Amino acid sequence: MDNNTLVGLAGILASAAPVVFAAIGETITERAGITNLSINGLILLTAMAGFATSVTTGSLLLGFLVGALIGAFVSLIVAFSSIALKQSQVAVGFVLALMSRDLSYFLGNPYMGLSGPRVPSLPIPVLADIPVVGVLFFRQDILVYSSYILIAVAYIFVFKTRPGLMLQGIGEQPATAYVRGANVNRLRYIYTIIGGALVGLAGPMYSLSVKVGWKGTITGLDGIGWIALAITIFGGWNPLRAAFGAYLFVLLQWLGLVLQPSLPNIPSQVLQVAPFPLMILTLLLVNLGNSEWVDRTLAGLPEEVRRLIAKVLRAMRTTPPAALGIPFENE
Amino acid sequence: MLNKSSAGFKFGFQILAIVAALIFTTVVMLLAKAPPLEAFKLIFTGSVGSTGKISDVIVAWIPLLLATSGLLLTFAAGLWNIGIEGQITLGAIFTTWALRLLQDTSLSPTLIILIGFLAGILGGMIWASLTGLLKIYGGVNEIFGGLGLNFVATALTIWLIFGPWKRPGVGSMSGTVPFDNLLWLPQVEGLRMSWWSLGIGLIGIAIVYLILQGTYFGLRLKAVGKNGRAAFVIGIPTGKYMMSAFFICGAFAGLAGATQVLAVYHRLIPAISSGYGFLGLMVAMLINYQALWAAPVALFFAALNIGSIQLPIVLKLDSTLSGVLQGALVLFVLMMDGVRRRLTAKKVK
Repeated sequence: MDNNTLVGLAGILASAAPVVFAAIGETITERAGITNLSINGLILLTAMAGFATSVTTGSLLLGFLVGALIGAFVSLIVAFSSIALKQSQVAVGFVLALMSRDLSYFLGNPYMGLSGPRVPSLPIPVLADIPVVGVLFFRQDILVYSSYILIAVAYIFVFKTRPGLMLQGIGEQPATAYVRGANVNRLRYIYTIIGGALVGLAGPMYSLSVKVGWKGTITGLDGIGWIALAITIFGGWNPLRAAFGAYLFVLLQWLGLVLQPSLPNIPSQVLQVAPFPLMILTLLLVNLGNSEWVDRTLAGLPEEVRRLIAKVLRAMRTTPPAALGIPFENE
Repeated sequence: MLNKSSAGFKFGFQILAIVAALIFTTVVMLLAKAPPLEAFKLIFTGSVGSTGKISDVIVAWIPLLLATSGLLLTFAAGLWNIGIEGQITLGAIFTTWALRLLQDTSLSPTLIILIGFLAGILGGMIWASLTGLLKIYGGVNEIFGGLGLNFVATALTIWLIFGPWKRPGVGSMSGTVPFDNLLWLPQVEGLRMSWWSLGIGLIGIAIVYLILQGTYFGLRLKAVGKNGRAAFVIGIPTGKYMMSAFFICGAFAGLAGATQVLAVYHRLIPAISSGYGFLGLMVAMLINYQALWAAPVALFFAALNIGSIQLPIVLKLDSTLSGVLQGALVLFVLMMDGVRRRLTAKKVK
């Protein structure tokens, strides 16, 4: 593998870090049974606010802190409107998605095009010198290392710990979890806030590391949150699979850029959105196994073909937490 | 003591929500060190300050009203048609396509405009049907299918503007070559508005109102939206009804796109939908999906959009302030509705 490709692939790991944070944050929220649809605007708002904070105070840490706090607060509004006020999660989330986006453009106006601090690269001694692997994984910044850790921690937490099992429980069978002593709605608040804070870190990860600065509508972040939501589904509410989806998405974007010179007839804007139809296609594939008509069609096919297709579909199929989006009343 | 279930009580909470939204927006402006009173005044004079401004508001009102009208039907069927942005865009693309094919033929301009409208409707319906098929036969949630198709529609527009339909020489973000004056929807002397598109918009919302209030189809559509499983059990083909809702909404969205080309921009531009699809979703939520209120609230939102155009010019503020105010209105109305229900429920207990 030549060096350029290697650096390119290392770049993919770096650009995917915020997507990993957003997708895993949303995965945790949805595991608890709440859909937080606001994250597209949230990423823009926290990117702007994190950048503005760091430019004003000179502190990178404060930028990330502000991002996490805003993420947690906006997500709290979604949880509160849904749990306490019995409003539609989708409606409130959608309004917040648009409003946060407009807020970021309005409040970010004075910070447009300013130069700001950047998270420094932090090669890990010894590990960074390993051929190939070192360049790929260990000559990154602290955010990328955090993304590796987040993937592992989120996976272990959800599937291997007691609170993680409870988290699955309140999303799948809240009534049972309640009987077993879980305070379903309080846990939903907590996980929505944690998930929102993780999404809120994704914004500053862009504006202070991956795409430094704030450029208003041409910052190019509008749409990332919708992708992260799709990746959550694609990932089957599994942090590991969600991370895979995030890397796949960024890889496709990178391929679009790399292929650009050899496809001069296609404007770059078209290649940039190429991941979106692919996203629909993947959603179609992971959902096909849930459709009744597919079962019926398959039933008419020869046994061996049927078994093969059914196996492939089952491997790709994902099903949401059973109580996702359904309010819980403890009565 | 006020009766907590009375209409006055409900109205009071809505007023409270509006006040809260205004306070929120004022705080946002203070954060940006902007003068709130001047900004509000500017939005007001910028939208109703002159005949020309009022006519501009009406120009923005029509596509927004058409989008909202269509969305009322998908909402009635319990569907979140976020893909409406792409449906408006495809309507505009199909209209432009038809006009480009026919502009050099001997057909009369009136006939070409008429075909342009029909093409737009067709484009919107085709795009909406994709989301519907994905939802009903592919199990892909309409929110994600629609969002993905929105991005595809934008890419298609840009490809056309910079590729096959580019201006002589080099393509530009300003769009395709403008159409001849003869292919413009007739405008009011000296103004940008057109009586024809105003008529289309008003007839559109009237039709939706009638469908939802006075037809068997509308009644069954609402049954599908309220409880799909129960509707299916009593023999309503839910898939077909959802598909019809998508088709009709797509037709309205396509009509909005056609209006953008025939009556507003007279060419295809990259952001041809002007965000009216998403704004229509907000209007529909704000009016709690009641068709009766669609026209006045959409008019108000259009006025905010047009009024805020002055903000960057005079006060060096970003015009997205209108979006902040619109979002705050919807958010606080939803939340206040929840607060009111909580209070009422407590009293019953």
